[in-house]
Amino acid sequence: MRIKSFIMLLLLVTFSFIYCGGRKTSTNISISGSDTMLELGKQWALLYEKQHKGQTIQINGGGSGVGINALIQGRIDLANASREIKPEEIKRLEKKKWKLITYKTALDGLSIYINEKNPINELSFEQLKRIYTGEITNWKQIGGKDSKIILYGRQNSSGTYAYFRDNVLLKKDYSPTVQELSGTGSIVRKVAQDIDGIGYGGKAYTMGVKVVKVKVKDSDIAYAPTDENVASGKYPLTRDLYIYTTDKVLNGKKKGDAVEKYIQWISSEEGQKIVKDVGYYPVKKTN
Amino acid sequence: MSSKRILTDKIFEYLVTIIALTAVIAVILIFVFIVKEAFPIFFDNEIRYDGKGNEIATMSKMFLPQVIDGQLDFRWQPTSDIPKFGLLVLIVGSIKVTFISIIFAAPLAISAAIYSSQFAGRVFKEIIKPAIELLAGIPSVVLGFFALIVLANWVEKVLGVKPGLNTFTAGIALGIAVIPIIFTITEDSLSSVPKSYVEASLALGANKNQTIWRVLIPAVSPGIFAGVVLGFGRAIGETMIVLMASGNAGILSADFFDPAKTMPSTIAVEMGEIATGGTHYTVLFFIGFMLFTFTFILNYIGDFVVHRFKKKLAGLR
Amino acid sequence: MTQVVYKIKKKFNSFVLVTFLATLIILLILGVIFYDIISQGISHLSWEFLCDKPAEEIRMGGIFPAIFGTALLVLVMTVAVVPIGVITAIYLHEYAKNNKLTRLIRVAVNNLAGVPAIVFGLFGLGFFIQFIGHGIDNMFYGGEIVYGRPAIIWASLTLALLTLPVVIVTTEEALRNISKDIREASFALGATKFQTIMRIIIPNCLSGIITGAILAISRGAGEVAPILFTGAADLLPKLPTSLSDQFMDLKFHIFVLAQSPDVKNSTPVLYSTVLVLLLLIFILNLIAFILRSQLRRKFKSH
Repeated sequence: MRIKSFIMLLLLVTFSFIYCGGRKTSTNISISGSDTMLELGKQWALLYEKQHKGQTIQINGGGSGVGINALIQGRIDLANASREIKPEEIKRLEKKKWKLITYKTALDGLSIYINEKNPINELSFEQLKRIYTGEITNWKQIGGKDSKIILYGRQNSSGTYAYFRDNVLLKKDYSPTVQELSGTGSIVRKVAQDIDGIGYGGKAYTMGVKVVKVKVKDSDIAYAPTDENVASGKYPLTRDLYIYTTDKVLNGKKKGDAVEKYIQWISSEEGQKIVKDVGYYPVKKTN
Repeated sequence: MSSKRILTDKIFEYLVTIIALTAVIAVILIFVFIVKEAFPIFFDNEIRYDGKGNEIATMSKMFLPQVIDGQLDFRWQPTSDIPKFGLLVLIVGSIKVTFISIIFAAPLAISAAIYSSQFAGRVFKEIIKPAIELLAGIPSVVLGFFALIVLANWVEKVLGVKPGLNTFTAGIALGIAVIPIIFTITEDSLSSVPKSYVEASLALGANKNQTIWRVLIPAVSPGIFAGVVLGFGRAIGETMIVLMASGNAGILSADFFDPAKTMPSTIAVEMGEIATGGTHYTVLFFIGFMLFTFTFILNYIGDFVVHRFKKKLAGLR
Repeated sequence: MTQVVYKIKKKFNSFVLVTFLATLIILLILGVIFYDIISQGISHLSWEFLCDKPAEEIRMGGIFPAIFGTALLVLVMTVAVVPIGVITAIYLHEYAKNNKLTRLIRVAVNNLAGVPAIVFGLFGLGFFIQFIGHGIDNMFYGGEIVYGRPAIIWASLTLALLTLPVVIVTTEEALRNISKDIREASFALGATKFQTIMRIIIPNCLSGIITGAILAISRGAGEVAPILFTGAADLLPKLPTSLSDQFMDLKFHIFVLAQSPDVKNSTPVLYSTVLVLLLLIFILNLIAFILRSQLRRKFKSH
């Protein structure tokens, strides 16, 4: 009965998986969170894995909110976040008696994308706010051509979504017409094809779109998110990119050290070089 | 027979019966679990009100228009300082997309089923059936990908509609996914009609066309109905296609070229970031509950109708 | 002359034309989709693409971890779903009487078939991971989180629930095709029900069972929603070696790639990945199709 023996073999293989699985202790570092930092996270992981054979790192996206949530629930080791952790989230951590540990790992100039053929060059916070809350609906209202503004944005688990809402919209709601795409890449993709589109996202993803200069008040000078303007803080939408973890993770017996080593590597010259290569800005050297 | 063999037999029978109950247990478990996580919405005030004493997730807040920025409106903004859970945005979004998918898929699928079972030659039939199975096998993520990359551009350039990711685009892609379901059930029903029906009609002098229109189609109308209902059920629960192709904007409108947000795609996007047991979590499970119940009812109706239809035909044989 | 024209008119009247056109449109849609994917996808296809891990540059890397992940996922799912599905079908066909219990089971199976994929995802997250997973962790690992998070076992089990109805229905059909005579002959020769089932019936409808398994596999390989939160990873070059590992997955990878901002470089990779997925599903369906026609031919001769 060849079929029977085949099925037996199959079951044997599967059960050996179960057996080994339970026993094996994994030093796999699991990371999840910000889509803005996804490309960065992947490049960090791939290079680190190349240099440290045997260390595996796993990256997931989903948005800063997803990452922080998974960290609080103990499912991952490091959470990438493009926004600050919220007080409610800290409270949940405290309930578990875990301490939050924050690392600033890069700087980003949150960029406003428009299509390359769009004549607009600069926008103020007030204009951006009125565009994204739906008050301004036509490009001609701000000096462009006569056509409807098509709004692209992120989904509400995104740190970028939250950061933009808190700092530009001043906590007002987005217009319901904003198309919620689940990655910065999707936004860039659409704006590159859509003459009337506008979007926002991390500076590293700018490919095939035009970046608008931003000013806080109408009377200010508008700045582009260049290296210099972001490092000096002149660009008004400069933000920190964080990695959050907990003391429980770093004190963990199996991989606490591995995680700590990884974070140190990210803050080192090598890790920061990757930051530049991907398109963000290295952290200011403070200590 | 030795008593040992009788014993083995009995044991086996009991084992089999118990395992067969797995399906029942699974369905009950799923239902109970979803209900358990969703029902706090009806009575748990820690969930219905936010930390500052404002109503956020009561029935009226979720289903009735709210005053937002001085206007009466429906909004779905679960992460604002004051979360807004306007469920109607999602429900109407789901219905709009599903509606388009059925309007697109049903006529095509039903007509093709009629052609395949009544007119097609044997050769052509051997092409159509595998083709439909192939269509049914295309994963929804591929259809979503196709809608995102190809269909949306086509809608923008040829139909001149901006944005290209909207209810219509998602509806068409969803329709493509639903065609095989409606086709299969309709074709199945048409084959179940006893030949005597058709022959009697022809014998009474009707031509093929009249036979099909006035005898066959009315006879299989329960089957067609069931096919459409099941297709509707599948469409309303479909996640990936809508996630990629609908633009995901929480617009409540009658315009079919507006982007939309549907129930399943919202769950998919927001599920990852919520705290277990919080308001957002409970509301999402409530949406899941509505989806589950709705598809349950639709499937029940569909199956029931097909069952009755087959019985009726069997009685005529 | 007029007779010929009359005959042609009769054949090609509007009703036939309309339904024919509808069929043609459907075939056309299928053709367009496949043509687009094949023509754009084949350019990037290569052995390196299939066997390599993802690399820093999207263009350079391969999708092997995703293929492996999907294969393992589907394997575990099959091991879970086939025994349960086949036994349930056997119960329904061989043992069930026309009572309430039977109807209950049938209703349950029908409903399971209709539950939307995303609801399975919710269930997988909330029940398998947080309830059972955490329970296992607390009992066997003293609070250390091993199973209480997304893992291949939970994703497989969730998919197994999703595909259970498919296996049950296909197996039942296969069982129905076995003629009563064989069964009665076996009983007449003194075999118990157990022996009859194990030695006669199951071997005979094996191809039907396999068909069901293959259909379940192709369904499982294509559904994304259930594995979104139960185990799929964006980037994990390491292959899953234990049931508590996470994994990369082919169809999820498509979803991830579609969000990449590097349109120029990611589009060919995206198309090729889609092509690989479609090829896999196509091959599976082809095998199932061949098996089914063999089965039909075998029983037609009786």
